[in-house]
Amino acid sequence: MKDDLFFNLDHGYAEGLCRGFKSGILKASDYHNLVQCETLEDLRLHLQSTDYGNFLANEASPLTVNVIDDRLREKLVQEFQHLRNVSYQPLSTFLDYITYAYMIDNIVLLITGTLHQRAIGDLLPRCHPLGSFEQLGAITVADTPAQLYTAVLVDTPLAPYFIDCISEHDLDELNVEIIRSTLYKAYLEDFYNFCKTLGGITAEVMCEILAFEADRRAFMITINSFDTGLTQDERAKLYPTCGHLNPDGLQELRRTDSYDGVRDVAARYPQYKVLFEGSGTNTGDKTIEDKFFEYEVKLNMNAFLRQFHFGIFYAYLKLKEQENRNIIWIAECIAQKHRTRIDNYIPIF
Amino acid sequence: MSTSYLSKGAVSAGVGLLLYVGLTYMLTNYGFRFDVGWFLLSISPYQWALIGIALAVSLSVLGAALGIFATGVSILGGGVKAPRIRTKNLISIIMCEAVAIYGLIMGIVISGSISSYSTTKIEDLALKYRAGYKLFGAGLSVGLCNLFCGICVGLVGSGAALADAQNSSLFVRILIIEIFASAIGLFGLIVSILQSNGSNMSD
Repeated sequence: MKDDLFFNLDHGYAEGLCRGFKSGILKASDYHNLVQCETLEDLRLHLQSTDYGNFLANEASPLTVNVIDDRLREKLVQEFQHLRNVSYQPLSTFLDYITYAYMIDNIVLLITGTLHQRAIGDLLPRCHPLGSFEQLGAITVADTPAQLYTAVLVDTPLAPYFIDCISEHDLDELNVEIIRSTLYKAYLEDFYNFCKTLGGITAEVMCEILAFEADRRAFMITINSFDTGLTQDERAKLYPTCGHLNPDGLQELRRTDSYDGVRDVAARYPQYKVLFEGSGTNTGDKTIEDKFFEYEVKLNMNAFLRQFHFGIFYAYLKLKEQENRNIIWIAECIAQKHRTRIDNYIPIF
Repeated sequence: MSTSYLSKGAVSAGVGLLLYVGLTYMLTNYGFRFDVGWFLLSISPYQWALIGIALAVSLSVLGAALGIFATGVSILGGGVKAPRIRTKNLISIIMCEAVAIYGLIMGIVISGSISSYSTTKIEDLALKYRAGYKLFGAGLSVGLCNLFCGICVGLVGSGAALADAQNSSLFVRILIIEIFASAIGLFGLIVSILQSNGSNMSD
């Protein structure tokens, strides 16, 4: 009851604003119009009549997909920053937790870029703005994870996630991906526990979404590691434990070494069995990643059916990102004049 | 419920002390000293009546306040992207305000029945005590009813504002729910008037 009664005291305005933003997410009729466009200029025209308005108005005439991508991301970041600015505790901590995922992505991007001898000036603009923090530019000076931690990350909010990654091995290609997965696992479990301590409706909604995210990571890590040199034990250390698969499913996944084995593990869990059944590796089928995206969209949409919780902020960000991916997919199909798979976006509403 | 060890300890200590005191009185034949009747008679009827007024007004205002902030903030938030909802949804705020007005009315009605008396006859004193209890009951019933009515109207109003921002046909339907919610405040008012009727304290 304390959820309902006093939620609006601190967070009512942010909730109302977020629901307002959500009503601007493109509907099926908007996608129908976008798919009919012949050129990117048509796309710009159709986007003007939606909630996006004139966000592409100042761009030079030969529009490219990269420019559209940048502007879409900029708009999303603006909206999220505004929500963060008007929020109070504990909503502000919750929104900060959401940004840690982007910080992890930025760190890995910079390390990989440095390994390939790219200049820091080229890499920094490619970082996601939601994940920026002050010491971001200093990452390139580190050679080993231990240096990275003591020099840069110990003052950031990501410090507790790094405990498992500190080692004296050099930062190389494979190692960086393992660092990303380990950081993400620690972050996801921390976020899950934070939502659990918040309790109430937020815990119910967010723990469902985060459990699916954890299981999806476990499946994708397993599937993607079949042809690499990753051993089963190393793989098992990367599985997040806050999902439905923990502990039996994770043990089973550790032992599988084929796609069919993964499918058998998923068959034990009704919600994942359906997803794996609908997908396949033939060219006409949807891939399992698409099915995961669809399921994620469904969970995020269900978050909006309840009032007085923080899940709508997370769900709004994820749905907007999915919408951006859809628009870029359609724009790419238009730009390359390859319209056969233009309908393969994930519909949201 | 997640109560800490400190609060659990404090509650059990209190209960234990009460048990100890009660058993001591009972077993040492001093049970007559625990006299509820004496306690009630030693509180003057003025005290009961005036606390009744305080409860009537303060609890009603608390309910209205909880309702108004719940709805008002949602109207503000939803009105940023959907400005058309701003004026229509003020109806929810008015319904919450009505709850506070009920409390005000009852406060005035109850205080109209209070006047000083100077009898010492037992039969007349009994009537004064009766009046005091009736006015306390009236104030308590209207206060509590309006508290929950205000909360209810406010939370439903918040949902109405946000739903209206998404789809304007929903507003009138949710308004019907609010009308039912505000009827329960009216019940409190009616019962309270019936209670405070005929409770005259003058000689």
